[in-house]
Amino acid sequence: MAEIRNYTINFGPQHPAAHGVLRLVLELDGEVVERADPHIGLLHRGTEKLAETRTWIQSVPYMDRLDYVSMMCNEHAYCMSIERLLGLEVPLRAQYIRVMFDEITRILNHLLNIGTHALDIGAMTMVLYTFREREDLMDAYEAVSGARMHAAYYRPGGVYRDLPDQMPKYEVSKYRNAATVAQLNEARQGSLLDFLDNFTRRFPAYIDEYETLLTDNRIWKQRTVGIGVVSPEEALAYGFTGAMLRGSGVEWDLRKKQPYEVYDRVDFDVPVGVNGDCYDRYLVRMEEMRQSNRIIRQCIDWLRSNPGPVICDNHKVAPPSRAAMKESMEELIHHFKLFTEGMHVPEGEAYAAVEHPKGEFGVYAISDGANKPYRVKLRAPGFAHLAAMDAIARGHMIADVVAIIGTMDIVFGEIDR
Amino acid sequence: MSAKLEKLQDTLRAVLGAQIQTLVCERGEVTIEVAAKDYLAVAFALRDTPDLGFEQLIDLCGVDYATHSTRASSVARFASVAHLLSVRNNWRLRLRVFAESAEFPVVASVVGVWPSANWFEREAFDLFGLMFDGHPDLRRILTDYGFVGHPFRKDFPISGFVEMRYDAEQGRVVYQPVTIEPREVTPRIVREENYGQVGHG
Repeated sequence: MAEIRNYTINFGPQHPAAHGVLRLVLELDGEVVERADPHIGLLHRGTEKLAETRTWIQSVPYMDRLDYVSMMCNEHAYCMSIERLLGLEVPLRAQYIRVMFDEITRILNHLLNIGTHALDIGAMTMVLYTFREREDLMDAYEAVSGARMHAAYYRPGGVYRDLPDQMPKYEVSKYRNAATVAQLNEARQGSLLDFLDNFTRRFPAYIDEYETLLTDNRIWKQRTVGIGVVSPEEALAYGFTGAMLRGSGVEWDLRKKQPYEVYDRVDFDVPVGVNGDCYDRYLVRMEEMRQSNRIIRQCIDWLRSNPGPVICDNHKVAPPSRAAMKESMEELIHHFKLFTEGMHVPEGEAYAAVEHPKGEFGVYAISDGANKPYRVKLRAPGFAHLAAMDAIARGHMIADVVAIIGTMDIVFGEIDR
Repeated sequence: MSAKLEKLQDTLRAVLGAQIQTLVCERGEVTIEVAAKDYLAVAFALRDTPDLGFEQLIDLCGVDYATHSTRASSVARFASVAHLLSVRNNWRLRLRVFAESAEFPVVASVVGVWPSANWFEREAFDLFGLMFDGHPDLRRILTDYGFVGHPFRKDFPISGFVEMRYDAEQGRVVYQPVTIEPREVTPRIVREENYGQVGHG
């Protein structure tokens, strides 16, 4: 009789369901996973080391490139750690803008996650639906920062500039005729806030569409219910945060428990799962999108009626206005020093964490008083989640590995850093 | 919030006693430093004492203090810094331990206390060469297969030592010494306390 041996395969790094560059070495007994060994680092760029050689503010754009599906939340944690070191107060309007864009980012992230997760396990249509809405939100990114993804919009002390009064509009070209352009521009006649207001009115109906496609879908449930079950104790021990932790029934959300910015002034609920499987985590993410929509609406109302500064007026941290710089010698010096030497951050250390769409994204910054960080450690939620891959995937079928990768919301920009 | 921090500090002093080398509360964050020999016992106490209840290790990282403007020392060079979170009590703690030797830095592994430490310790080993005694699987994690050196140490240049290119003659990818020099656009400056203030200098 032939000897039966376990079979080892490489899953990725060129596998479409590996979400980037995951190399997963799977030891299989038939179709059952005996051991999963993720090999990461194929996208390691040494962001933390690079940050040590740049001034504090020069690293802000690097943060966008960590988790490249939730850009502004990464910047948020980094800016918050600098603000904590400096003891800097952020203007209220900037705090509202940050909360609003954090929630836009959360919707962006969950749309991508749910779309690609469904695509990975066989529901082609979802990704087409979710990318339709991502388009509108990326337009909002573009309207404030000029970039659709890597915004670099948050700055230590506030945000780069106030919300624009008008939205960019489509123009007639050989690909789009006048009728199409008129339809596309319908929601873009007013300001950015009008555009977002229009979006938040439309969005709940879109979530209902996704729910009809997936929530009661028999194939979707067969692929996710009871797959990748994590108990609350395990979830805590493995350092899970965000939807991965809440899916297991632990009620923990930094926005509620350790509120930052103006999260204690807005009204929202935190969804919690029961069974801790892939399906519950999907439901948690769906409900989080509805809650984000609610938060965005409250921010729009507040921002409409409360104008004010959006960045602090300490010109050793934030640049002076262009007009002031042209008229005052002192402001000119401030401007020059800030953009050549950069800001000086007092000696000390700070850990700032935000409730990132994927979990707790933390920045641990050590300063020795110089114009550059001494050490920056980026705590990526996906790193801890992927580390538990072996424990979760063991005993599952090989096809379930794809479902587990999808539910973990793996993005290699942040894991490899 | 400050009452809560007071309570945390009091509990820490009561539970750990002389095992704490320093306890600092700055910017609303509590940091304790312990000796390498006490590290594992402290980790167990932090997790298992219900009044502390640090059931989650959020982050663990290595730090190289070799060129720090005030903390540089020839002995205590490498530290392992852990960020702990208690979901039950809703507080955080930073736990720092210095390795006793700078040539061969070793600290105990806390994988047995918090399983999430596994990859974080592998990362600190990979990037700083910090050894974790008792770690079940201390392999490199982020750098390339067969990488030499520990890139996040302060004496490792930003450009590295080797670069990779495709060699058409040999028909494979080869390593060679780096051909670029690191370039510093903005120098690193530590200014004195009241630099740039009116009436000073």
